[in-house]
Amino acid sequence: MRVKTNKLLKQNETYIFLIILALSFLIQIRSGQFYTSNNIVDIMSAMIVPGLFAIGEFLVILSGGIDVSFPALASLTAYATTKMFLDMGYEGSVFLPLVVAILIGAVLGAINGFFVGYLNLPAMIVTLGTASVFKGFMQGTLESKQLAVIPTGMKNFGTVALYTATNSQSGLSSRLPIAFLMFVAVIIIAFFILKYTMFGRGIYAIGGNESAAYNAGFRVKWTKFLLYVFAGIVASIAGIIRVCMMQQCHPTNMLGMEMNIIAGVVLGGTAIVGGKGTMTGCILGTLLIVLVENSMILIGVPVVWKNVFVGLLIVIGTIISAYQSEHSGAGKGNHKKKEETA
Amino acid sequence: MAEKIKRSMKQDVHIWRLVVIMLIWFVFIGITKGSKFYSVVNFQTMFAQFPEFGLMSLGVMVCMITGGIDLSTVGVANVTSITMALLMRNLGNESGELAVGFIPVIFLLAIMMGAVAGTLNGILVAKCKIPPILATLGMSELLTGIGIVLTNGSAISDFPKTYAFIVNNRVAGIPVQFLIFAVGAAGVWFLMKKTTYGKKIILMGSSQNVAKYSGLKVDWILIKTYLISGICSALGGMIMLANYNSARADYGSNYTLQCIMIVVLGGVSPNGGKGKISGVLLAIFLVRALETGINRFPQISSYYISLVWGAVLLLVMVMNYFTDNHIKLFKKKAAL
Repeated sequence: MRVKTNKLLKQNETYIFLIILALSFLIQIRSGQFYTSNNIVDIMSAMIVPGLFAIGEFLVILSGGIDVSFPALASLTAYATTKMFLDMGYEGSVFLPLVVAILIGAVLGAINGFFVGYLNLPAMIVTLGTASVFKGFMQGTLESKQLAVIPTGMKNFGTVALYTATNSQSGLSSRLPIAFLMFVAVIIIAFFILKYTMFGRGIYAIGGNESAAYNAGFRVKWTKFLLYVFAGIVASIAGIIRVCMMQQCHPTNMLGMEMNIIAGVVLGGTAIVGGKGTMTGCILGTLLIVLVENSMILIGVPVVWKNVFVGLLIVIGTIISAYQSEHSGAGKGNHKKKEETA
Repeated sequence: MAEKIKRSMKQDVHIWRLVVIMLIWFVFIGITKGSKFYSVVNFQTMFAQFPEFGLMSLGVMVCMITGGIDLSTVGVANVTSITMALLMRNLGNESGELAVGFIPVIFLLAIMMGAVAGTLNGILVAKCKIPPILATLGMSELLTGIGIVLTNGSAISDFPKTYAFIVNNRVAGIPVQFLIFAVGAAGVWFLMKKTTYGKKIILMGSSQNVAKYSGLKVDWILIKTYLISGICSALGGMIMLANYNSARADYGSNYTLQCIMIVVLGGVSPNGGKGKISGVLLAIFLVRALETGINRFPQISSYYISLVWGAVLLLVMVMNYFTDNHIKLFKKKAAL
């Protein structure tokens, strides 16, 4: 038991969880609105898209890379898919658009994967470049503009509620879209991949030490390639879900999300150099960012202060985790990366 | 002489490649849109436009040579321009004029602000041991936030016109913005070539441990590097203030990525330890020339520019990959 508590105290996730708890109590005391059913449902549905992005980003960071192209990738796939099915006059279910989006996402992810995996170029610069290309392709070649109407199947997918919560005091009700199930499914799949497949263990190994992973027999290039394909798929799912949930396709409003998502993943204890981090931490970190972004208004902090708080959160959070890793017994100056289980 | 050129061609492949790309582009634009592109006014406009992101790129360059990166350039630039605009609004008289003597003071204050922000970045990176991507990302978010709080999210444009008038002026046909850029670039060049600082950051970028055991004050050098970057960004912000004639927290938000792209184009290794200021200067000019050139074709949507930039960046990276790994697609040179 004592060992277990000790272990808990050393984990980043515990602290993030405590911060989230403290923040929620603060909001509850100030506004009395946090622990109402509709607020919880609101936060859950606000988590879907950032959460999906975070999972993709988490896997990439875990392998020692970084991906800044996912908002552009998601925007391009979502726009192309929506436009295509709109032009076809498609009336079927969401299934087909989702498959098409996943295919496009996989191809775009494969471009990233080719440059990063097979040519071994720095991931940050490659994804910067591809983000720029995706954006240019969407706005230039496809001449993207806002689509106010989306195919009925997608629209239904976004409106059908899994659960509806009504606040008895204010009478406000919030819907939890069925897309939340997809989010949960992706979490489970990613968790399974990370923990039980060679591919997932390879991601940890590559992030820890690439040449050691190679010598241990991991197919480093192939794993990296596959990883970016997977990240592309997850991002494209998030893109489609976002379009369905918003009931319209706004090509550029996902751009610029990358920094907050990276911040969330890193706050959750994922080492930016790779090799260390857990799925729980990633989700909790993202939840913290989503909370700060959505709930500041509930404690009476003006919206203009939002960025200041997110910035402070990143700076303080990273100072703490840097301090922790410095003093976690690995010895001074010896940046030994430990592999942790997901 | 020929020997010298040959040697430089071998050493600075990246730079020569940029020169070739630029020549091709200039010939192409000369054939298709010659008279419109090659005019004094056009060049004057270009030279007034690139200093803002040019200065920021120089800041990113020094950080990247040490193996780090600075993502807070735009944040620093915007906060500086916003505070200075607010200050000038308070200093100016009712008719919106400002004594010319105040301008150097304003610039000095801007440099100090940039230095403070840069030092903070440096402390976070050097003393708190936060990875540079995160430290500067957090600072960027924080500074942008402060900018939004100061302006309430809107633009500030009711500051004395004297400032924009002076900075948008031309001295003997040369835009003032370019003069500021030239002074900044000369400063960075001097630090990198004429003092030991340049060699120190290259050593640090190659291996921080080696630098440490060679007796370099690693922490201090890092702080100094981010300080330089902060000053460069602040100056860039002051030029943006003049060019847009207003200040806002979200101006130039795509410059962050653009600066990194320029620096990589200029042959600086993203892993640190490699890079020359001449390459970066060329890349700054090339990016501007590409954009201005493309804008001369009205039938091409301006959105294609980001596609072209991304493609050029990837192309250059792939070419560097081939040269760095000594893979030759054409076996002709094998005899050498």
